[in-house]
Amino acid sequence: MSRVRLLVGTRKGGFILTADGTRLDWTIAGPFFGGWEIYHMAGSPADPQRMWASQSNGWFGQVVQRSDDGGATWEAVGNDFRYEGGPGDHLWYDGSPRPFELTRIWHFEPSPGDPDLVWAGAQDAALFRSTDGGGSWSEMTGLRGHPSAAGWQPGAGGLCLHTVLLSEADPGRMLVAISAAGVFRSDDSGSTWRPSNRGLSSDGVLADPDADVGHCVHHLAAHPSRPDVVFMQKHWDVMRSDDGGSSWREVSGNLPSDFGFPIAVHAHEPETVYVVPIKSDSEHYPPEGKLRVYRSRTGGDEWEPLTTGLPQRDCYVNVLRDAMAVDQLEGCGVYFGTTGGQVYASADGGGTWAAVVSNLPAVLSVEAQTLP
Amino acid sequence: MTAPGAGAADGLSTEEAVAVRVRLPAQLRALAGTGAEVRLAVAPPLTQRRLLDALERAYPALGGTVRDRATGCRRPFIRYFVGEDDLSDASPDCHLPPAVGTAVEAFVVVGAMAGG
Repeated sequence: MSRVRLLVGTRKGGFILTADGTRLDWTIAGPFFGGWEIYHMAGSPADPQRMWASQSNGWFGQVVQRSDDGGATWEAVGNDFRYEGGPGDHLWYDGSPRPFELTRIWHFEPSPGDPDLVWAGAQDAALFRSTDGGGSWSEMTGLRGHPSAAGWQPGAGGLCLHTVLLSEADPGRMLVAISAAGVFRSDDSGSTWRPSNRGLSSDGVLADPDADVGHCVHHLAAHPSRPDVVFMQKHWDVMRSDDGGSSWREVSGNLPSDFGFPIAVHAHEPETVYVVPIKSDSEHYPPEGKLRVYRSRTGGDEWEPLTTGLPQRDCYVNVLRDAMAVDQLEGCGVYFGTTGGQVYASADGGGTWAAVVSNLPAVLSVEAQTLP
Repeated sequence: MTAPGAGAADGLSTEEAVAVRVRLPAQLRALAGTGAEVRLAVAPPLTQRRLLDALERAYPALGGTVRDRATGCRRPFIRYFVGEDDLSDASPDCHLPPAVGTAVEAFVVVGAMAGG
């Protein structure tokens, strides 16, 4: 029977949650790297026993851990992330120039087919690539080489490159998202980049609401079979692109709030999308104190609340951008973690939910591995 | 205890190197897989830079965690002490106190008392 392994990054360590295909009984392992912030853990699709963890804190900086045995043992590998050609400047919150400074790795995106190839999204925003399993890293200089880079400004969480979307159908195509610069697209495996934000509007946030660059994109998701269809949870607004990010249209529809952080696509239904509405940009908790996942089966616009098994009163947690994932099993498991330390699982595409674990440190990220 | 470190790597025999003691904060002990204190062989002259070079050679996982990778400078929330002397802002190429070279005193790496 297939198994599911959840890789959970938290404010105070990493955890590995494992269940068989029923996804009813879970084994909790961890904390790994206790006391450190684990922004992200990710497994290689090409070799699920290989995984990376981004370990960091404000005292000791960034460490990259790698396991080659499914998380049983770990080894600190390369953490030499250098801005090629010098750091250069971006804009600080007050509009003054400030040098790019490596704070942490927000996200690893392993290659679908090569267990030694992995991408890393950094704060301050840059994209790094390793071709030796994380032993060494090189910056993809074309991204920060874009003329807009000197004008990028951080979102509240920092100037972070938090999302990397690869395309199995077109290996040269990549999308990345930066808060708060927006989406950039490459069609040459990351050598050159162009802004990919047409149709986004940030009224009240940007002097030009429809600017090419400067949008606070929170997360992107796409189904592997349809790389042209990309969904976005923006600071405000849920968006959809049908042309690989070249243009976007709003699909917030009947959501109670279109502010939020994560967005995910069903493993087997490319038009089924999940978001977790949050009240507002100043009140980072669910509307009405009700934790609701919203599901659209129509690729957006029409949304239904999923509440069975989720707290429907007095709930004031947040769900962060990398803290939602799906598995590949029949029925599609959906998982998310909260800033209150709960990890919820649904084995039926969101119809019913149960807490896998309830008292972890604040959850920063959740990834799901489907194992034979 | 065997003292791993810089001697051979610097082209000097370990007989020429001096054995020093380095105390690490808890997070770095866990990262390096050591106890509270490690012993290193450091080739003279005994400076902060050479000691930290030896530390990172002996325990590669500590690379970038005490000194910034890009600048080589002490990370902002790290301090260095020998006895009661705060050497955090001393030049990395100044000689360390003789008591470090005789292992009477440990070179102490401290993480700032802060956080949640």
